[in-house]
Amino acid sequence: MSALAGPARALAGGLLIGGSAALLLLAAGRIAGITGIVAGALRVRGNDRAWRLWFLAGLIGAGVVLGRVWPVAFAGQLARPGWWSAVAGLLVGFGTRLGNGCTSGHGVCGIGRLSRRSIVATGVFMLTGAGTVLLVRLAGAGP
Amino acid sequence: MLFAGALFGVGLAVSGMTQPAKVVGFLDVLGAWDPSLAFVMLGAVAVYTAAYRGLAVKMPRPFYAARFSLPTLTAIDAPLLGGAAIFGVGWGLSGYCPGPALVALGAGASAALWFVPAMLVGMLLHRAVRPGYDP
Repeated sequence: MSALAGPARALAGGLLIGGSAALLLLAAGRIAGITGIVAGALRVRGNDRAWRLWFLAGLIGAGVVLGRVWPVAFAGQLARPGWWSAVAGLLVGFGTRLGNGCTSGHGVCGIGRLSRRSIVATGVFMLTGAGTVLLVRLAGAGP
Repeated sequence: MLFAGALFGVGLAVSGMTQPAKVVGFLDVLGAWDPSLAFVMLGAVAVYTAAYRGLAVKMPRPFYAARFSLPTLTAIDAPLLGGAAIFGVGWGLSGYCPGPALVALGAGASAALWFVPAMLVGMLLHRAVRPGYDP
């Protein structure tokens, strides 16, 4: 088996992600948008920070455990300098807040609710993501 | 909540979303395109749609909260389009969107150690230039 995940793993992972998002919806009435959860957790005060921090602890904690027991899940790192990742992170942080969501909030929850905003947003970030990958490859800076 | 977060994280790791080269391959539509990550969205949206249409819309309130807190915006406006566009560029550069980056941070992936702090700075920058829009 290749180190990179195939379609069966993609589907299985998708079902788990959808299950988690459904749990959040049915139990807490909340949208499982990672960007929104992080942004709310970043507030200094607020009465609904606790659930966000618990959710993020579970998310990061899963990484801590999997990084030890199943490191191949994190194979396929790009050979990029740190500043490259930092620039990307800055764009992702600013863009997801400006656009009110990322792959989870728009791409999963929003599309699942047939939100017009989310369908459009998902189309746009897929398009600029694909365009960016194309430009990087054409510029000869491929991974 | 801890369980929901962990489930989400395991799902991302199983799916391949925590492998930046895999994500870049998915976005490389005009190159050596690897479409398999489309199944992530397919699986997640299928489960979520069933939970939303089949259960949530028929429930007066969630099991453990007073009400559903769902988005009410409907306008396709410039912030939505611009924000999604900027996000896509960062996603294409790094192969990370916010969820997988946080899982990879936990796993100690070096790119995520740069990406996540910068992402938080980007979010705070947005709050500084556009106060009042955060949850």
